[in-house]
Amino acid sequence: MAPSSPAGLLDPSVFIGEYPFRDVPHPEPDILAKVIAREGITHAWVGHLPSAWADDPTAGNVALYRALEPFRVTLSPAPTIRPDLPGWESALHDAAKAGAAAIRAYPPQWKFTPDNAAMRELALACAAHKLPLILTVRFEDLRQRSTRDTAGDLTGAAIRAVARAGDGVRVIVSAAGRDLIEEVHWGLTPAEQARVCWDISWIWGPPEDHLAKLFRTIGSTRFVFGSQWPLRLVQSPKANLELLPPDVANAPLGDPRTWSGG
Amino acid sequence: MNSASADKSEIVIGGPGVISSPLIDAHAHFLHAGCGRSDWREVNAARFRAGDRMGISCHVASILGSYGYSSPTYFPSPADVTAGNDAMLELCAKEGRRVRMMITVNPNYTAHALGELERCVKRGAIGVKLLASRRADDPLLDPICEFATAHKLPLLHHIWQRRTREWPNQEISDGADLGRLAKRHPKMTFILAHIGGGGDYRHTFEAIGGITNIVADISGSGVDRGMLDGAIKALTPQRLLFATDLTMETGLAKLRALEPTGLCTANDIEDIRWQNAVRIFGANAFDLS
Repeated sequence: MAPSSPAGLLDPSVFIGEYPFRDVPHPEPDILAKVIAREGITHAWVGHLPSAWADDPTAGNVALYRALEPFRVTLSPAPTIRPDLPGWESALHDAAKAGAAAIRAYPPQWKFTPDNAAMRELALACAAHKLPLILTVRFEDLRQRSTRDTAGDLTGAAIRAVARAGDGVRVIVSAAGRDLIEEVHWGLTPAEQARVCWDISWIWGPPEDHLAKLFRTIGSTRFVFGSQWPLRLVQSPKANLELLPPDVANAPLGDPRTWSGG
Repeated sequence: MNSASADKSEIVIGGPGVISSPLIDAHAHFLHAGCGRSDWREVNAARFRAGDRMGISCHVASILGSYGYSSPTYFPSPADVTAGNDAMLELCAKEGRRVRMMITVNPNYTAHALGELERCVKRGAIGVKLLASRRADDPLLDPICEFATAHKLPLLHHIWQRRTREWPNQEISDGADLGRLAKRHPKMTFILAHIGGGGDYRHTFEAIGGITNIVADISGSGVDRGMLDGAIKALTPQRLLFATDLTMETGLAKLRALEPTGLCTANDIEDIRWQNAVRIFGANAFDLS
């Protein structure tokens, strides 16, 4: 690895825990720690996968903190805060005290409308704690989604609404493709655009070269590394970067650590 | 900042080792002037650029009519089929053994399809490509398969991994549909397209596991963990082909993920990289020197 940051390569888009709609091999923290070491990733922000579908993520957050405790040098928790539940503000405060690097929320899984006011409040509260808010566009391709999985993809309207919530908001969007990224980016003011970055886990590489085109038009620093492990192969975003055309091959990625006070 | 070239210092393209063995992409596509895209040359150049970087020795490729410009991608008109095949022949003539051709046909036009097969085989094509113009087990595919059997041509069939309903713009087929066709034509080899191309690949593995004249290519934008493991267990490495289709980075990722599955020997990986393709397409199909 030759990252320009002395802190090394960060993957903010990983999980531990079971996926409710199909078997995923070994979604355990000790396996994750070995995988990122093997792949030259120095740090990961880890969500608790079952919490995306939990009515109340409190127990999942406790399980996440406990599971990551032996691995905190390389794995930081990204707990889930559901802003339509009573007491979510204190849960966010507790997350910050527990060393959260970021906060995760799942509006489609919770059936939130795109203009949900609670999501804007959560984004602003995360900003006050200097915690990025991670939103996930999808967990699986629409074509293979279980009939039991009734959530649609996160929409551009929902992302734009959060990005417009106010100064200080920092949003990391995981698992978006080119069309969604362009729709959101060019639908925001420059100040709002600076509040959003995108992981590269679902962006196509060659021959269509969507990633290269986005680097050229939107700027590489609006993008961060991301794999969506354990759902997807961690090798994929690395391969995508390695196959970039020469004019953008050395373009710098954004580093979400600069956004996180956790 | 992280660097986009983060891994450059230890890039070992194509797998755990130096570029020491061939790599055959069994499912590739090129664009052409008739597809209505002004950037068609750039897309083709990007495939070669990334292929060179990955160490791809040969792109086994097809052109799918006009890709929707003058008839639908998955239901190409006879005129578009011919134009696409012409462009593919021209590309092969220009690129030599770096590119080998799969002949695209629409089985709804039997005489035209057989004419295209005859014409393109004479000019060096090594296989047949079917889209989603007709269900895979439809009798209209039989004359095409009889031609393919007689000329020892493998047939790559576009597949939706588990067909639970109809989808627009395609008459989709799944592994079970292809299985019925394969059983009717036991002497030819069928390539089930892109296990990572969308849908429930676990259904596919169950559907074709016992039908040994079907092999599967590993292409598709899907890079689900567990997919390769399931494919290797159900089909064995000897029934898997490296391929990229529309996303080359996911092809490279899957290639690199073979060893960590713990289910492949070094020779198994060579089989998936190229040796299975040589067995299926014939030793004369490729210049791997």
